[in-house]
Amino acid sequence: MYAVRLWSIRHARLMERIYRLFEPTLVALGPVLARIGYARVEGPVVAVERRLKGLLFDCQMCGQCVLSSTGMSCPMNCPKNLRNGPCGGVRADGNCEVKPEMKCVWVAAWEGAQRMSAGMVIVDRQKPVDHSLKGTSSWLRVVREKTAPAKAAQPR
Amino acid sequence: MSDRLVDPGDPLPRLPGHSSDGRLERVLRSGRFAVTAELNPPDSADAREVYDRALVLAEVCDAINAVDASGANTHMSSVGICSLLTRAGYAVVMQIACRDRNRIAIQGDVLGAAAMGVANILCLTGDGVQCGDQPGAKPVFDLDSTTLLETIRTMRDQGQFLSGRKITAPPRVFLGAAANPFAPPYDYRPLHLAKKVAAGAEFIQTQYCFDLPLLRQFMAKVRDQGLHEKAFILVGVGPLASAKTARWMRAHVPGVHIPDDIVKRIEGARQQKQEGKKLCIELIQQIREIEGVAGVHVMAYRQEEYVSEIITDSGIFKNRQPRRPTKEKLAS
Amino acid sequence: MSVVGMHRSAGRLEAGLRAGHFVMTAETSPPDAGTAGPVLERAGCLKGLADAVNVTDSAGARPHMSALAASAILAQHGIEPVLQFTVRDRNRMALQSDLLGASALGVPNILCLHGDDVKKGDQPETKPVYDVDSRELMRTARRLRDEGSFPSGRVVDPRPGLFIGAADAPIDPKPGWKPDGLLAKIDSGADFVQTQFAFDLPLLRRYLAALADHGIPDRLFILVGIGPLASAKSARWMNEHLFGVHVPAPLIARLEGAQDQRAEGRRICVELLQELAEIKGVAGAHLMAPKQEQACAEAIAESGLLKRRRAA
Repeated sequence: MYAVRLWSIRHARLMERIYRLFEPTLVALGPVLARIGYARVEGPVVAVERRLKGLLFDCQMCGQCVLSSTGMSCPMNCPKNLRNGPCGGVRADGNCEVKPEMKCVWVAAWEGAQRMSAGMVIVDRQKPVDHSLKGTSSWLRVVREKTAPAKAAQPR
Repeated sequence: MSDRLVDPGDPLPRLPGHSSDGRLERVLRSGRFAVTAELNPPDSADAREVYDRALVLAEVCDAINAVDASGANTHMSSVGICSLLTRAGYAVVMQIACRDRNRIAIQGDVLGAAAMGVANILCLTGDGVQCGDQPGAKPVFDLDSTTLLETIRTMRDQGQFLSGRKITAPPRVFLGAAANPFAPPYDYRPLHLAKKVAAGAEFIQTQYCFDLPLLRQFMAKVRDQGLHEKAFILVGVGPLASAKTARWMRAHVPGVHIPDDIVKRIEGARQQKQEGKKLCIELIQQIREIEGVAGVHVMAYRQEEYVSEIITDSGIFKNRQPRRPTKEKLAS
Repeated sequence: MSVVGMHRSAGRLEAGLRAGHFVMTAETSPPDAGTAGPVLERAGCLKGLADAVNVTDSAGARPHMSALAASAILAQHGIEPVLQFTVRDRNRMALQSDLLGASALGVPNILCLHGDDVKKGDQPETKPVYDVDSRELMRTARRLRDEGSFPSGRVVDPRPGLFIGAADAPIDPKPGWKPDGLLAKIDSGADFVQTQFAFDLPLLRRYLAALADHGIPDRLFILVGIGPLASAKSARWMNEHLFGVHVPAPLIARLEGAQDQRAEGRRICVELLQELAEIKGVAGAHLMAPKQEQACAEAIAESGLLKRRRAA
C-alpha cells in the first residue's frame, strides 16, 4: 500500500536494522531448508514474502530484491522499472512523470538511503532484471547464494 | 586537428584512444567546444523530408541527434533516419530509448546502426507512453539507461553480446547518456551521472537549461567527482518562442524546468520571440564559461532553421568549416 | 493464378507474382557483426537468382544485427529483401517506426511473425513484449499503406508501399477442415504467405485442394517452403524436431544411398522446385537452409525456372 510504502522509507533505518537481524537468521536455516528441499518451501515462502513485503514496500516479487540498495524504495514500483536511478521526467514537486499522483520512487529512494547507515550503496550499479525470476522468492535466493554459492541462482 | 573541409559522415582515420571513427568524438577530444543539434523526424516514409531538415543543421553543428520517438509519438525509427543521414554524409547521434524494445532488439539495433555508419549512440530511458498518441502501448523498459550503456560497451570492448556469444566485428561507437540536473532528486543527480559514466558514458547531453545557478551547482559537484574529465558534458539549450510556449513546455514536456523569472522576462518583452532568442544566446554564452562544460546541445522542436540562426549568432561555431552534402550523395 | 490487383509496393517480388511468374525466394540471417560486409558475404550469392531474400529477425530468440539494417544493406546492393518482423521484441511504437524506416530505406516486403519464445534463445532473462500479435501488425501495416495513417489516426504522408506476408504450415486436412487461420490472416492484410518446409508433395496437393475449396489461392499468393537437404541425418532431425515437417522416407532413402549426400539433396530440391512450378495454386517457392545460402542459390540456378520468366 502506497502510504505504508512511504512510511517504510521514512523509517528506512529501522528497516535496515530489522533486515540485518532477519537475513542471518534465514541464512542460518539454510541447511534445514536444503534438507526439506528448496522446491518444496518455495511456495509457502513466496506466499509469506509476497504478503509481508507487499504490505511494507509494495513488493512486486521480481525475485531479485535490491531494497537495501535503493533506500528501501522498491524500483519495480517505478513505471519504468528503473533499477539504477531516476529518469529525467521527474516533476518539480518530486512526483512521477507517468503517475503524477505518486512520489517518484527514486526521490524517495534517495531520501531513504540518506537515513540508512549503509545507504550509500545506492551508487552501486545494478544489473538488468532477469525476467525469468519473476514471482520467485528473493529470500530463498539469498539463502542459496550465501550457503552454497556455486549452486546459487535458480530455484529447483 | 585542422579545420579543413571534412565530410562528417565519412569514417575518419582511427586515432588511438578513440572509441569511434566519427567527427563528434574528434572535436570533443581535441578540446573544441562542440555543438550538437536535434532533428525531429517527419511523420512520413519520405527520405527527402529528412534531408531537407538536416541540410539546415549541417552547417552549424558537429553532429545531429536523430530523436527516437520522443514524447512517445511514432515517427520514422532512429535507425531509419540515421541510415539515411549517414548515407548522405552527415554525422549523426542515434538515440536508443529503453521504452519500446527489449534487450534482444536493442543489441540488434546497435549492430545495425554501426553497419549503417553510425558513430555515436545516446542511451536514454525514454518518455512514458502516456504522453504520446498511443497511450495503450506496452512500455518495455527491459533495460535502463545504465544497463543499456553497459550492454553496448560490452559489445564494443569485449566483442560479445550480453549472453557471451561472440561478435565478429564489434560496433565502434562513441557512447553517450542523458542527464537532467534540473529535476529532483537534485543531490542524487551527480551521483547518478557518475554511475552512467562508470557504465560507459563518454559524452552527456542534458535537458534544457534555463536555470544557470542550478547548473553551476550541478557542475561543481560534477567537478568534485572528476566526472568532467571522464565524460564530455554538453548542456541542453533552446529558444522559447513565447511565454505561452514556455508555460506549455513546463507543463507538458517531461523534465523541463523553466524558472518563473525567465517566463516573466519573455512575457514582458515586446517581441517575445526575439527575446526568447536573445535569452538563448545569452545562456549559451554563459554556459560556455562554466568550467567542465564541453559543448551545447541545441533543441528546438521542428524549428531547424531557427537553430541555425541561433548557433550562428551566438558565435560558438565560428572558425569552423561548414559543410554541405554533395549533390551526388543526396541523389544516390 | 488469378490474384489480380493493384500493386501495393514498388517491389519486384510483387511484380513477378502478379505477372504470374513462379517466384523463388530464399532466406538469410543477419550476421553477428557491426559492419555491412558480412551481410553481403552471406547473401550476395543470391543476387540475380532469388526474386527476394527473407531477412530473419532474431531467429531462435538470439540477437544478431537488426533485420532492418541487414535488409537496407541488401536493398542498397540490388537484392530485394523480405523484412521479417517478430512481435516478441518490440511494442507497437517500435514496430510502427520500423515500418516507416523500412519503407524509407527501400524495403518493399515484410513478413509478420510471432517469434520464438525467449526461453529458446541464449538470453532467457529477456522481457518478452508481445504488445500486439502478428495479425495486428499486419493490420497496422495495411492501414499505413492503404490509408496513410497510424492507429492513433495521425497522418503519414507520403504513404509507404508495402507487400505484406505471413507464415503458414501445410497440414493434411481432415474432412470438414476450414482454413480459419489463413482466412484470418487474409482478413488482416496478408498479400502472400511463405510456408514451412513441404517435402511431401502429395500432402501439399491435398492441402492446396482444401484451400482451393475456400477460394484461398485466388486471394493469396502461396510460396511453398522447400530446401536443399544437407544429408539423411539432417532430414531425420527435421522430422523429429521441426513441428509439422515431414520429409518422406523415399527421399531420406535416396540421400542415404547417395555418394555425395549434399549434391543429392540439392538435386532433390531442384526436382521438387520443378514439380512445384506445375502445381496449380502454388505461386512460388521459398528456399530455406540455415547458413547455406550458396546451396539455395545453386538450386535456383539449376532448376531452369528462371528462363521461364519474361523479360522484366
